Amino acid sequence: MAINQLKRTSLYDVHVAAGARMVEFGGWDMPVQYSGIVDEHRAVRSAAGLFDVSHMGEFEVAGPGALESVQRLITNDAAKLAVGQVLYSPMCTPSGGIIDDVTVFRLGEARFLFIVNASTTAKDLAWIEEHVRDAETVDRSSEFALLALQGPRAQRILQRLTQMDLSDLRHFHTVPDVGVADVRCLVSRTGYTGEDGFEIAPPWDEAPQVWEALMEAGRREGLVPVGLGARDTLRLEAGYMLYGNDIDETTSPLEAPLGWTVKLEKGPFIGREILLAQKERGVSRKLVGFEMTERAIPRHGYPLRVGDDEVGRVTSGTFGPWLNKSIGMGYVPKASTRIGTPLDVDIRGKAVRATVVKFPFYRRATGV
Amino acid sequence: MYPQDLRYSSEHEWARVEGRQVRVGITKFAAEKLTDVVFVDLPKKGVKVKYMQPFGVVESVKAVSDLYAPISGTVVDSNTKLLDAPEVVNTDPYGEGWMILVQPEDPKELDTLMTADQYATMIGESGS
Repeated sequence: MAINQLKRTSLYDVHVAAGARMVEFGGWDMPVQYSGIVDEHRAVRSAAGLFDVSHMGEFEVAGPGALESVQRLITNDAAKLAVGQVLYSPMCTPSGGIIDDVTVFRLGEARFLFIVNASTTAKDLAWIEEHVRDAETVDRSSEFALLALQGPRAQRILQRLTQMDLSDLRHFHTVPDVGVADVRCLVSRTGYTGEDGFEIAPPWDEAPQVWEALMEAGRREGLVPVGLGARDTLRLEAGYMLYGNDIDETTSPLEAPLGWTVKLEKGPFIGREILLAQKERGVSRKLVGFEMTERAIPRHGYPLRVGDDEVGRVTSGTFGPWLNKSIGMGYVPKASTRIGTPLDVDIRGKAVRATVVKFPFYRRATGV
Repeated sequence: MYPQDLRYSSEHEWARVEGRQVRVGITKFAAEKLTDVVFVDLPKKGVKVKYMQPFGVVESVKAVSDLYAPISGTVVDSNTKLLDAPEVVNTDPYGEGWMILVQPEDPKELDTLMTADQYATMIGESGS
């Protein structure tokens, strides 16, 4: 086997048959787009989209010490989770850098499931195993596929394939054993797009059956398959962090707009001391969102300037297909974080004006 | 797909002789590879461009690509309509999606470019 052999999800053939353009992502051969990023992005905001995110990792931590172990690993407060609830949290190093950002599902009193980024799966597993006490860590990544059904019509589409009344499943809640197209799935009302939607985890080999059934059920609703390209533009508009771009081991959750996930009062956890000190002293830089005043597109790594000084780098940027604007994010000194602050982005040697704007860029109108 | 009256560069630009001037754009193949073009950065009138040197960029949501001049000369016009409607590059790459009009220094450079059939062969498609 070639060393750089890419891994494939159980939906690989389905993607290729649907005409997807495949790219390498975190060691996986994944669809970057089907009909085009802009079309797919708009479909998710206005109707619905279906994503294969089976490349993400899943680890279960179970046993008498599970809650305490999870509490040690994450900055958010897992003790507040009832069984059937989900939370988002960074996992930090002792120096307050971010090992990964994860979602934690409480499946039982002493049973938790971590869903982690594909590119950090091996590192996360080692880190979790090292810090878990009196509980067992099981890598279930190859047992679960993961589909995300996102968009205002997601509920209507999924409801056609399940007996469960989905209006009972609230945001950031999960149900472990839902029949979807006759396949038992872990279903949660979560996502990474800024829209209402679900993440559906069938057994690895049964994902194609669930995918095809969803596509069929959603055809008349405008459901389209969506690749990683639009996944990135959707999350960017919605202000979600991308691990490795916007956050990593050199950034703190208090510098990123993740202060709401740092529960210093919950008791000891890895990184608490330094985060407490950062909170008391204040951080010197913060991640802001900015909008370009012209159409030029800020990209990852482009310098950010205030006057003649380079103050940071663009961590993520794109043309936002729904907002119809070029947007980006990056870390800037505290003094330049106020809304309306002018910044310059160095785009191919030319200073292009940007303005710090309200973050996130996009928030869906909530009807209920 | 690849009009016979155009000449083509290996970087997927086309050149069309219009009297003493040469109009330049990118091919259908390039536009489709990029998919959604969302930004085009072009030189202003009066700027000199050089044969097979970058003269601007075209950006899709995902990627930035350099544009290479298929001919040396002076830009006499540039398609400012693309600033507000870059998607025209996808819908009409040989018409409304043109990029620059060049007053060539050495029209013989055009002879080094590919014919439609040669270009189609290069990108792995059979001739028109």
